[in-house]
Amino acid sequence: MTEIKNKYSLIIVGAGPAGLTASMYASRYKIDHLVIGQAVGGLAFEAHKICNFPTEEEISGVQLIGKIRKHAESLGMKMVNTEVTKIEEKNNQFEITTENNKSFLTQAILLATGTKRRKLNINEDKFIGKGVSYCATCDAMFYQNKTVAVIGGGDSANTSSLYLAKIAKQVYQIYRGNKLHGETIWIDKVIHNKKIKLIYNTEVANLEGKEKLERIVLNVPYQQAREINVDGLFIEIGTMPRKQLIKQLLLKTDQDGFIKVSADQKTSRVGVWAAGDITSASNNFRQIITACSEGSIAIENIFEFLQKTNKSNL
Amino acid sequence: MSKTIEITSENFEKEVLQSSIPVLIDFWASWCQPCLMMLPILDDLSEELNGKLKIGKLNIENPNHQFLASKYQVQSIPNMKLFKDGKIIKEFVGLRKKETFKIELEEALK
Repeated sequence: MTEIKNKYSLIIVGAGPAGLTASMYASRYKIDHLVIGQAVGGLAFEAHKICNFPTEEEISGVQLIGKIRKHAESLGMKMVNTEVTKIEEKNNQFEITTENNKSFLTQAILLATGTKRRKLNINEDKFIGKGVSYCATCDAMFYQNKTVAVIGGGDSANTSSLYLAKIAKQVYQIYRGNKLHGETIWIDKVIHNKKIKLIYNTEVANLEGKEKLERIVLNVPYQQAREINVDGLFIEIGTMPRKQLIKQLLLKTDQDGFIKVSADQKTSRVGVWAAGDITSASNNFRQIITACSEGSIAIENIFEFLQKTNKSNL
Repeated sequence: MSKTIEITSENFEKEVLQSSIPVLIDFWASWCQPCLMMLPILDDLSEELNGKLKIGKLNIENPNHQFLASKYQVQSIPNMKLFKDGKIIKEFVGLRKKETFKIELEEALK
C-alpha cells in the first residue's frame, strides 16, 4: 500500500461509479489523486440486479462495483474510506476535512457524492425496522405470504414490486402519478403481474400501528376505503442530492438541488468539478453508465486545468 | 484484540443471554448489501470497544437461525440489538457510519 499523503493535485470525493471511473482515468493521465468516500459503491451498491451495463447481462450492484473498484485499484487508485465534512478554499487551494478530523490539500476537486434516498416526510421514522423499509432486496424475506405496499412509480419502485411479488401474498404499488415511468421492460412485468395491484394518483398520508406498522392511510379512497392493512411498506420515491458540500462551496444548482455543470463537468466554482448522480447533467438520467461517463469527461478537463495551472506557477 | 463472534442458535444462550458484558448482535444476510457494508465496521468496533462490549454476527440465511430473527421481531436488516443482562436495551436499524455508531454505542453503554 502506498502511503496516503496530505497534499494532492486532485481529490475525488465519492466512491461510487463516477468517482471510481474518474480515478481510473486520473491514473492513466498520471494525475496525482486521492479518492475519499464514505462507502465504496454508493447507491449502486444496493441494486440487486443490473441488466443494462455493457458486457454484463445481469450483475448485482456489489459485484459490478467490486469489478470497477478492482480495475481502478489495478491502475493505482489510493482511497480513504471516510466522509468529507468540510471543504474550504485557501490561497487557491482547497482544504478538505474528513469526519475523523484529518485534512488534505488539493488543487482540484471532483465532487461525486451522489444522492440519498428521498423520504416521505410523514411519520415513517416511527416504523423503521417495524414494517417500513427502503430496501426490498434486504427485507423481502420477512414478508413471506404477507401483504406489502410499495410507494413510487419509477425503476426502483417497479423492480421492488416485482421482487416482493415473488415472496409476498399481495403487493400494492401506490404512485402519485397516473402512469409508471422508467424502463418499459419492468413496467410491462408490473402491469401483468397478478399479485401487484396498482393504485395511481394517490399518496400515502399517514402510517398507523401500535407496536409495528398495521395499516397505511391514503389521501384519496381506494375501493371506497382510505385505509389498507399492510404488514410492510417499501419506500422507493427517488433520490435527492447530498447537499452539505454543495452549500459549503456555494455551487449553482437546479431547482431540485442537483449541481449545474457545463459540458466538461465544470461547476460554477473554479477548481471544482462534479460528476454522477449529484449533477443535472446527462439529461438527469442518473444511470451507472452516465455516472461513469461524467467521471471520465471531468478528468479530461481537470487534466487540462492542472497542466495550465502548473505551467503558470513555474 | 477482540474479534467479532459468530452467533448460532446453539451458542446464543451462552454468548448473548448469559454474557457478563453487554453484547451487540447483528442480524444480517448476504443478499442485503448494506449488511455487507456493515460487517467490516463491526469488526473495527469490536476491537475498539474491546472489554466494554462483545459483538456477534447472526446470519439469518441459516434456516436454523430464523426463529431468533422472528423471536426478536427483526423486520429490516442490518438490524443490531444491544443486549445487557439478557435483555435488549437498544436497537439500531440500517447501515450506520462507524464514528457515529461508536458514539451511539458508548452512549447506550453508560
